[in-house]
Amino acid sequence: MSASAMAAGQPAIGRTDFYLVEEPHHEAGGFTHLGFWIYLMSDCLIFAVLFATYGVLGASFAGGPGPRDLFDLGLVALNTTFLLISSITYGFAMLAVYQGDQKKTLMWLAVTGLFGALFLVVELYEFYHLIHEGAGPQRSAFLSAFFALVGTHGLHVTFGILWLIVLVVQINKRGLIPANVRRLTCLSLFWHFLDLVWIGVFTYVYLFGVLR
Amino acid sequence: MAIETFASPETSFLFGRLTWSAIPLHEPIVVVTFIVVAIGGIALLGALTYFKVWGYLWKEWFTSVDHKKIGIMYMVLGLIMLLRGFADAIMMRLQQAMAFNGSEGYLNAHHYDQIFTAHGVIMIFFVAMPFVTGMMNYIMPLQIGARDVAFPFLNNFSFWMTVGGAVIVMASLFVGEFAQTGWLAYPPLSGIAGSPYVGVDYYIWGLQVAGVGTTLSGINLIVTIVKMRCPGMTMMRMPVFTWTALCANILIVASFPVLTACLVLLTLDRYVGTNFFTADNGGNPMMYVNLIWIWGHPEVYILVLPAFGIFSEVTSTYCGKRLFGYSSMVYATVCITVLSYIVWLHHFFTMGSGASVNSFFGIATMIISIPTGAKLFNWLFTMYRGRIRYELPMMWTIAFMLTFIIGGMTGVMLAVPPADFVLHNSLFLIAHFHNVIIGGVLFGLFAGITFWWPKAFGFRLDPFWGKVSFWCWVSGFWVAFTPLYILGFMGVTRRMRVFDDPSLQIWFLIASLGAVLIAIGIAAMIIQFAVSIWRRDELRDTTGDPWDGRTLEWATSSPPPAYNFAFTPVAHDIDAWWDMKTHGYRRPQEGFKPIHMPQNTSSGIILAGLATVCGMALIWYIWWLAILAFAAMIATAIWHTFNYNRDYNIPAADVTAVEAQRSRMLAGRA
Repeated sequence: MSASAMAAGQPAIGRTDFYLVEEPHHEAGGFTHLGFWIYLMSDCLIFAVLFATYGVLGASFAGGPGPRDLFDLGLVALNTTFLLISSITYGFAMLAVYQGDQKKTLMWLAVTGLFGALFLVVELYEFYHLIHEGAGPQRSAFLSAFFALVGTHGLHVTFGILWLIVLVVQINKRGLIPANVRRLTCLSLFWHFLDLVWIGVFTYVYLFGVLR
Repeated sequence: MAIETFASPETSFLFGRLTWSAIPLHEPIVVVTFIVVAIGGIALLGALTYFKVWGYLWKEWFTSVDHKKIGIMYMVLGLIMLLRGFADAIMMRLQQAMAFNGSEGYLNAHHYDQIFTAHGVIMIFFVAMPFVTGMMNYIMPLQIGARDVAFPFLNNFSFWMTVGGAVIVMASLFVGEFAQTGWLAYPPLSGIAGSPYVGVDYYIWGLQVAGVGTTLSGINLIVTIVKMRCPGMTMMRMPVFTWTALCANILIVASFPVLTACLVLLTLDRYVGTNFFTADNGGNPMMYVNLIWIWGHPEVYILVLPAFGIFSEVTSTYCGKRLFGYSSMVYATVCITVLSYIVWLHHFFTMGSGASVNSFFGIATMIISIPTGAKLFNWLFTMYRGRIRYELPMMWTIAFMLTFIIGGMTGVMLAVPPADFVLHNSLFLIAHFHNVIIGGVLFGLFAGITFWWPKAFGFRLDPFWGKVSFWCWVSGFWVAFTPLYILGFMGVTRRMRVFDDPSLQIWFLIASLGAVLIAIGIAAMIIQFAVSIWRRDELRDTTGDPWDGRTLEWATSSPPPAYNFAFTPVAHDIDAWWDMKTHGYRRPQEGFKPIHMPQNTSSGIILAGLATVCGMALIWYIWWLAILAFAAMIATAIWHTFNYNRDYNIPAADVTAVEAQRSRMLAGRA
């Protein structure tokens, strides 16, 4: 990043120029994407810890049920499909944003939220079912680790849906102004990130669990 | 015993498990402390009301998003908490010096165990961290020629979350109890069976609330350094303090989430009855020890790297030379950053991971001494043939070099697994880490405070009281901790309350003498601040550059205006301000433009206040209040996002007036 490149659009900076006469233009909130990305990486570390915990404790059944007794892969496949579809529809929402089509954006956001909610419903049903069967988080270290990992992901999705609703209201109020587009991009990152984490959960917890 | 006295399974809906018996009226020491604190607090609040400064504090400080004001508030928090943490230290010294020949000392086990836990927690999380974060907040944006940090509101919020954590920990002194587990709260002792009452819950929620603030401030400062450097300031032209701040903040973001997750799992074990760290149902307590040290080891480098940065700035300034080996200093910093992440297991060699694992972590630990040694040589070679001015910051730096060398060497000793099996959990370890944290972090912070005080307040610190403080601190440190090295070699373990062997007492007496010396050092430092404020007109710095500095923070006035620099500076060399001074820089006098700045907001303090209430409610099982406070937090956060007008412009006329005032000040001196 040379001085001249940084001051693009301004006269070249000489060796004895020690300050900029014109204030350099910073787009308001222009650092948000990098900041949000770093936040996501810190969140990723939380998931890393939970995955590692599951890795250590995943076989500590304490004489209780194991993955093969508990997991219903059909249900999880449905769940996964909902979440993956919601990622695609979020992508459609972003395409609509770039076309400046507010109505279409809101429509796709609503679809995304709906699929996110469906994902949560299936997850809550699964949790309810497990607890009902006596396989709650207190039963064994394996189940503690399972509920912590899957539950944390579910909490993130819940938070994402709340954020999505707030954004829908804000877009309704102010339209696709730059601040709102920036927020939409951040939520997009967040949403796809959760999708990625879920692929890890699906593979590592459910598929490997049933194989084990 | 605490457990029988306090633990009561009954909780009421309205107050959870909070009852009158939670107030420790049977502990005379606590009662006296409470009375003193209450009188002092009422006097302070009364004075603030009498002088009608609440509005000023609220508008100009509490809701401020100015990185300089937030930095100063962090330093004030650190100083207040230092007094609390040191009070704990001197109580421990007194107890251990007394409890011989059948004497029980003056602290019962329940109280003593809380004190050593609180001492560690407070000194690391609420003294060292606020000091370091405050320093980075204040200095770093100035060094890179920026007007503020990347996310000014987030900065204010982070600060108040740190305060919230401190408030929670302080509340435990007078309502309920603090953890009796040691500063890292290992399970199963910290589990619900081992610690059924509120102590560990205070610990957990205090750290969680503060931890959110720390992580967010880490993200904020990284983005600031990466994105907001002035034109021409490439990465390899950044001041070394900014480099160390970058590395420390990367470590914060890469380690604090691990602490958060680890404490969440402990919380689930305590609140929900899960089995992560329990001894039965397949739980694994050693996993907690691994996780907490994966955060804990980087943490000590989060503290010491910025201190290394301060020493670098101080050495080159007071030797009148460019820092020797700038690039090697940067690479050494980056090496330490990476290595600090792969040495955590040396904290528990005795766990029994086997020879191969222990060897790996032992060798990795020893390797850290190479980049650290490179840094020391760089400072020494900067001094070599320099025109050294023995001002106070330079004195702290030399004291650091002499002290830290010993701490580093005892660290390498502990890194040898067979030696560690002998020294593990002994007072030798205590002496070692105080040696590096006091000798490294604290001396660095004191050097930095003396160095940058004139920048922050516009007047220098009184050197006489500073020297009194310096000599008391440095000699006090050695008198207090050399006996601990010796006792450690004799096999005395840490956290002991009473002793059987009367021949050990003399060493504990010497150590308490050292603690008294340090107490005088702290007192002298506070007197120094008071005397300097009193004599501020004699100590006034009108130039903005009292030490003939080298980096950009010295290019602006002392204290800097809200916008830091009237025009964004341009860097042509490593020591940008030195380069400007030697290449005929002339301060601009006209042509000022309006400056775009962020607006103050009360959202940060409100959110952090609600988080603190939520934490307290969770500690006491007052579920309705916890849910209410949490819902209010979410609502406030959402409400905050509906505010789209967060900036304003400082009119060009105002900038012109401030700069004209500075011109008059500079002319008055000449």
